[in-house]
Amino acid sequence: MTLLPELTLLEAAAMLRDGEVSSLELTRDSLARIEHYEPKLHAFLARTPDLALDQAHAADRRLQAWREEPSTPLPLIAGIPLALKDVLCLQDVPTTCGSRILAGFRPPYTATSVSRLIEAGAVILGKTNTDEFAMGSSTENSAYGPTHNPWDLERVPGGSSGGSAAAVAAGMCYAALGTDTGGSVRQPAAFCGVTGLKTSYGRVSRYGLIAYGSSLDTVGALARSASDLVPLFSAIAGHDELDSTSLPDPVPQIDLDMPDLQGLRIGVPDEYFIDGMQPEVEAAVRGAVQVMSEMGASVTSISMPHTDLALPVYYLIAPAEASANLARYDAVRYGPRVETDDLWDQYLKTRGDLFGPEVKRRIMLGTYALSAGYYDAYYEQAQKVRTLIKSDFDQAFEDIDLIACPVAPSTAFRIGEHGDDPLAMYLEDVFTLPANLAGVPGISFPVGFDALGLPIGMQLQARPLGEDLLLQSAHAYQQVTDWHLRRPALG
Amino acid sequence: MAISLEEVRHIAILARLELTPEEQERYAQQLSAVLDYAARLTEVDTDHIPPTASVLLLQAPLRKDVVRPSPPRARILSNAPATERGMFRVPPVLE
Repeated sequence: MTLLPELTLLEAAAMLRDGEVSSLELTRDSLARIEHYEPKLHAFLARTPDLALDQAHAADRRLQAWREEPSTPLPLIAGIPLALKDVLCLQDVPTTCGSRILAGFRPPYTATSVSRLIEAGAVILGKTNTDEFAMGSSTENSAYGPTHNPWDLERVPGGSSGGSAAAVAAGMCYAALGTDTGGSVRQPAAFCGVTGLKTSYGRVSRYGLIAYGSSLDTVGALARSASDLVPLFSAIAGHDELDSTSLPDPVPQIDLDMPDLQGLRIGVPDEYFIDGMQPEVEAAVRGAVQVMSEMGASVTSISMPHTDLALPVYYLIAPAEASANLARYDAVRYGPRVETDDLWDQYLKTRGDLFGPEVKRRIMLGTYALSAGYYDAYYEQAQKVRTLIKSDFDQAFEDIDLIACPVAPSTAFRIGEHGDDPLAMYLEDVFTLPANLAGVPGISFPVGFDALGLPIGMQLQARPLGEDLLLQSAHAYQQVTDWHLRRPALG
Repeated sequence: MAISLEEVRHIAILARLELTPEEQERYAQQLSAVLDYAARLTEVDTDHIPPTASVLLLQAPLRKDVVRPSPPRARILSNAPATERGMFRVPPVLE
């Protein structure tokens, strides 16, 4: 197999503009990499080579027109091969959310985030694996089998956007869309050694994103560097009249030319360094903070006292919202149906048979938390404590610009390691859940490797709509370090 | 707090999920463990704290009430497990 040398998205974009490479060549190269690595990784649930080649031809025509008339605007992602997490609708392309209950579903419309990429000229290679309905931290909850971590095939890639993270880490695509409801972009980015952006709640349209927890769901992106994420973010962010919760605020032009971090105030919350976390993770994160301090940032220790309550709050609110959102799977309008003699049995048997164990667990938990007699004690109380968690962020951001902390307590764990112990798996999300409850953006990027050679991620969190500062700061760090340039040896 | 098998069966009916006896046992145990963990929330003083349902402070925006094209019926129906005369077909609801 002869492949192109691995390029960053921005390098590929520059070569496309110069005519040194065509989108068709990039696309064929990505398709060949997918063909080659997919048996090991299982990163994709659907591949769309015909669509990709058509889009590549169209992008090449557009690039040619641009070279003849360079004053016409041309997005940087024109002609770039990308992948989409399989919770985002793309018209006529199978979209399953990693669930048997959507087997064979071909959406009648396209998600706004996806249509914006396509309008910008991106090439769509396929749909990536995910925990069923994005409920999980390992992709082991996919009904179609787990994705394997490119750094160690016996380990999980994280989740739920594990397929997107593995595909980016393995060089199958230049970047991918993911979604983050409780850490599902940031944690797989950390486990796979890539850079992942969780956007502010409301920054990117959720139209066509199949809902899990509607007050928490965000669309984000994964790539090999912060600078590669900038053109993706610019393409997908901004108001959409089809999503009434999408924010009207303008999306800033992001200038990466920040020479140092002079004047930047970073807070490191004590509560994000807990007993039992892997010492190498703490050391790597503190080391990265030190690097940022040497680049001119001022670093202070801060307290976010309600952090440890985020886990129980999330695991009441998210299942409650999920139990309502997943009521739509009734085998009437789409999806397979377990044939029965009456409608009541059809609901019970179809949902009982076709939802996986974690989805059923969360529907049960959410239904319980919302049921008569328990609503006040669980759901209402969780919403009140959510207010306290959000106020931790509001207070922190009065004195600092960024919160620096670990992404997960450990590096990638083994497939099967958490067995059938939901609480052990939920603890994986302990550092990522607060951002979703508060609606703030976060970025995860590699800051080292453990003794086993597994990537370690660090997280920066900013004020709502502070994606520009996150991308600039992570980029500045990546200008003086090379953790993000290391690639897994996949053979 | 422990959730009884009876409660699990009741919740499963509310959620329209048919569970096997083994699933009922397992969920009774696992939901009890998660709710035990969540019990720490009851110790938090929230007397004067308003609930947060959404982090967005904006008013739900209104859009103009204008007719717009929607996907053709055939495209929508093409995903249905059973259709008849341009409608979704389901098993009998009433005797």
